[in-house]
Amino acid sequence: MFNFILKRLAVAVPTLLILIILSYVLMHAAPGGPFTQERAVPPEIMANLEAKYGLNQPLWKQILTYVTDVTTRFDFGPSFVYKDRSVNEIIAQGFPITLTYGTISFVVAVLAGCTLGVLAAVYHNSWLDYLAVGISVGAQVLPNFVMAPILVLVFTLWLGWLPGGGWQGGEWQFLVMPVIALSTSFMASIARITRSSMLEVLNANHIRTARAKGLPTRRVILRHALKPALLPVISYLGPAFVTMITGSVVIDMFFSTGGIGLFFVNAALNRDYSVMMGITILVGGLTIIFNLVVDILYAWIDPKIRY
Amino acid sequence: MALLDIRNLSVDFDTNDGTVSAVSDVSLSVAPGATLAIVGESGSGKSQTAFAALGLLARNGRATGSVMFDGQEILNAPLSVLNRIRAAEIAMVFQDPMTSLNPYMRVSDQMAEVLTQHKGMSKRDAVAASVRMLDAVKIPDAKARVRLYPHEFSGGMRQRVMIAMSLLARPQLLIADEPTTALDVTVQAQIMHLFAELQQEFGMAVLLITHDLGVVAGFCEEVLVMYGGRIMEQAPTDPLFETPSHPYTRGLLKAIPRVDVATHALDTIPGSPPNMLHPPAGCPFEPRCRWAGEDCRAAVPPLDRFAPGRSRACIRKPEELT
Repeated sequence: MFNFILKRLAVAVPTLLILIILSYVLMHAAPGGPFTQERAVPPEIMANLEAKYGLNQPLWKQILTYVTDVTTRFDFGPSFVYKDRSVNEIIAQGFPITLTYGTISFVVAVLAGCTLGVLAAVYHNSWLDYLAVGISVGAQVLPNFVMAPILVLVFTLWLGWLPGGGWQGGEWQFLVMPVIALSTSFMASIARITRSSMLEVLNANHIRTARAKGLPTRRVILRHALKPALLPVISYLGPAFVTMITGSVVIDMFFSTGGIGLFFVNAALNRDYSVMMGITILVGGLTIIFNLVVDILYAWIDPKIRY
Repeated sequence: MALLDIRNLSVDFDTNDGTVSAVSDVSLSVAPGATLAIVGESGSGKSQTAFAALGLLARNGRATGSVMFDGQEILNAPLSVLNRIRAAEIAMVFQDPMTSLNPYMRVSDQMAEVLTQHKGMSKRDAVAASVRMLDAVKIPDAKARVRLYPHEFSGGMRQRVMIAMSLLARPQLLIADEPTTALDVTVQAQIMHLFAELQQEFGMAVLLITHDLGVVAGFCEEVLVMYGGRIMEQAPTDPLFETPSHPYTRGLLKAIPRVDVATHALDTIPGSPPNMLHPPAGCPFEPRCRWAGEDCRAAVPPLDRFAPGRSRACIRKPEELT
């Protein structure tokens, strides 16, 4: 197991490197640059600017410098657009916010989704099943950019219960709507996956054995059926968690939460190379880590998997 | 008084294509300490008979009739009643020990929960009792191996674990559903030998469900032959083998391969079992029967007691079947 984790971490290094090179090349292949403006900039000034940020160097040398800076000094460089801020600062400011509402949304989505899915499977073809399926279909087809304005309309404008946006250090009033908007579609997917895999597990021979042992239904479900039923859910949860904690541009825009989701999209629009790269590497690194976590959880649940 | 008394049990399954009648009008009884075999091919309804008794039918299954255990009606009884009887009074051993044991739990946990559930034992005592039972089914080094997962055992050892688990709460009746089908032939013999020994030792009644008449011969006192969800013949084991009185039983006995007689080909029963979605109106075996006639299609032949302890469902007289 320990060797397996070491091996996976060793593979992560070249993976991240390839990710950096590919993103860098793609970024530069797109027309325009960070200093392209509607008003033509005199060529001398442009040359000066490019020299300052090292953009006049050949591409391989830029990548080399970038990778060296990142690996040796953990320096993701200055933002090209926000002149007085570094990428590290932007991430340090925005990431805790997305991490907070993302993690809470994740917990809500997992708890609600698994509960709905398990109940739907256990009470298959009953009103509870139809209700759970109805809720998850409804949540699935409501994209968060529709959900968010509806929430604001109801809770802020009509009822006046919650502030329409802002963060304020993450006080609960400011968290409710972002969490609802972000978690619903994930909750729906989790409920769907849990339900279908639970239905399959409940038909398994070893569940019949558990029932034949005279165990109460609660114990049959929780002790015998839940673990194997959660396997497919867990493989979905790894990537889903990363998506949730690295933020959503929709959430950041509608609720002015100030997370990195909005920074990422703005960086892409403004050709803010260093911010884009920084967030790309953050997302890539987290994806690798949480896929590893999924594999470890798999081995913990299924004793036949030993790495 | 009979320990288990099944009267007029029928089991139907609602499917998208219609109603499948898996078991029709089956009656049987098992006395304390007795050994009864239900023999039949796949789809004859023998397993569903047992599942229905313990309330283990699939979701779309319905059972009617009566199942009395120790004088108490348990067919379609509430779960609270069934759960007091399952494993504690009537235990089951299933066909495929790889999938019937929980692959995600240690053997110790799976076994111990039978005792913590039914005997109110502490986990520690329950595991100790499990180890003793694993010793009784001759699993070497039981104390260490109780900590393992099912996939770490061989097929035969897994079935021994299953058997040990079923005996933990000292049930009065053990239902063994094709306990040797998924095993190698050599291991089959060992497991049946073990069953015989354990039956002697613990004195429980055994209801053995199998498609293999060979397994029955050395173990059971009485045999019940099922076909198409109905009982075809019922007899003590020796007379059944010596003078089978039903055409289907005769076909089954002929189809047992023998090593002591030189033959070119194995005898088989021509045709295949009936589609229980549209069962034949008359005798279910009629389409495959050598002696069938128009009269066989008219009605289901009743199960007649024609000699002490022997019944058959066939309108031809035994002496006509030549």
